[in-house]
Amino acid sequence: MSLQMISVILGSLTIASALMVVLSKHPIRSVIYLVITFFFISAMYILMNAQFLAIVNMIVYAGAIMVLFLFVLMLLNLNKEMEPETSRLGLISALIAGGTLFLVMITALRDTFQYGKGYTALKTPESGLVENLGNLLFSKYLVPFEISSILFIAAMVGAVLLAKREKQVID
Amino acid sequence: MDTAMLIEKSALVLLLFLISLGVAAYQTYFERKLAAWIQDRVGPDRAGPFGILQPIADGTKMFLKEDFIPAKADKWLFIIGPGISMFTALITSAVVPWGTNLNLFGRDISLQVADFNIGILFVFGVVSIGVYGIMIGGWASNNKYSLYGAIRASSQMISYELAMGISAITIVMLSGSLSLNDIVKSQHGMNWNIFYQPVAFFIFFITSLAELNRAPFDLPECESELIGGYHTEYSSMKLGLYLFSEYTSMFVSSAIMAILFFGGYNFPGMDAFSGNTLAILSIAAFALKIFLFIFVIMWIRWTIPRFRFDQLMHLGWKVLIPVAIVNMLITGLVVAWNQGWM
Repeated sequence: MSLQMISVILGSLTIASALMVVLSKHPIRSVIYLVITFFFISAMYILMNAQFLAIVNMIVYAGAIMVLFLFVLMLLNLNKEMEPETSRLGLISALIAGGTLFLVMITALRDTFQYGKGYTALKTPESGLVENLGNLLFSKYLVPFEISSILFIAAMVGAVLLAKREKQVID
Repeated sequence: MDTAMLIEKSALVLLLFLISLGVAAYQTYFERKLAAWIQDRVGPDRAGPFGILQPIADGTKMFLKEDFIPAKADKWLFIIGPGISMFTALITSAVVPWGTNLNLFGRDISLQVADFNIGILFVFGVVSIGVYGIMIGGWASNNKYSLYGAIRASSQMISYELAMGISAITIVMLSGSLSLNDIVKSQHGMNWNIFYQPVAFFIFFITSLAELNRAPFDLPECESELIGGYHTEYSSMKLGLYLFSEYTSMFVSSAIMAILFFGGYNFPGMDAFSGNTLAILSIAAFALKIFLFIFVIMWIRWTIPRFRFDQLMHLGWKVLIPVAIVNMLITGLVVAWNQGWM
């Protein structure tokens, strides 16, 4: 089976499971479909020989963030009666926000057509390996990399501050 | 990839599968005998000489029991849960280098199914998705004790993964590679990482116990509070798979600990041998190390009482993670000094 075929099959599976995230009625099932979607995306990375990115996607998104999602959803007892009423204003703003995101994605898609349809092999197949990625991150992209890590620390400190109760007394 | 390679890899996968299951089965026997020994009892001795057929009897019993699915359970997720647990327990063995190359039929056969250049990250990836089996199974049971077990398992595993990862980074720093094969090769002979990183080993060992849900961190299945924890509603071979996956992961994580800190298949005086003799001796050395780790893990179970949940969180976040970070910083400084970067 050619890589072209595999990429088409993987792509359609990814889209199908992503659709199931939106379409499934139960939030827990949505999260599980999202996890499956991340796995398919990881498979796409492996197809492009970006093993490091694939595994990190699995550890961070499928392994940590989605576990937290599932964790929170299991604690919330979600059922029909507790579903909050959505106002018309909220609906319209959601539509606009979603539509804008869709537009951005379409524009991003436009560039891919210049490289020909479907799967094309990377010019340098080793570019996704961890050694090359590390070299790039710590030379050419050092400043953006460090700034994004500062951003992460800021977000973490903020989260801790929000979660911290005022003047907790433990005896 | 040629056909011969495909055949040898498939044979290796099948062999590993059978060995993992066999070892897991006999771990249950070993654990019961060990518990009996520690508590001054006889232990299982009815099935066969010294009760050696006990695991087979247990397995048959598991298969023949009624398979019960609760009426209000989420049927598909209830079925998938044990499967995910078993899958994640088994798949880690794919990146483990079991010995030096074996020469069979004129071919050099590597005793590692997949030599990724990111083997150690693969292990962490599998560990991080391992929690889904317990979470999904516990939630789908639609039982509050199961849910408590699932929630405890997930919070415990997320908390301990951090310290585990940070302590393993020091090994990556020392060997300069993420590949398990390179990490083992860098510990040739008696040049084991434990002599350089005792603190990292200690943290890694404790967090492994927590990731395995083994005593003293077996809160997800704490029988005095939660009946059976996440597998309260399970019966028959589904329960069997959960119990089995715990023993399989114990086997594999013992292997990982041996690789990272105790030289994997390396043993002192290995330069005196070569070829197939070396391969067989290296497999034996590796098996011995795995066996010792399994023994210590079981020994701990029958020695130390269970942690309380707040003690568990305190230990994870306020003790293990800071110690691991300090250890990582010191290692980084020493490595930078040795490389002449400072």
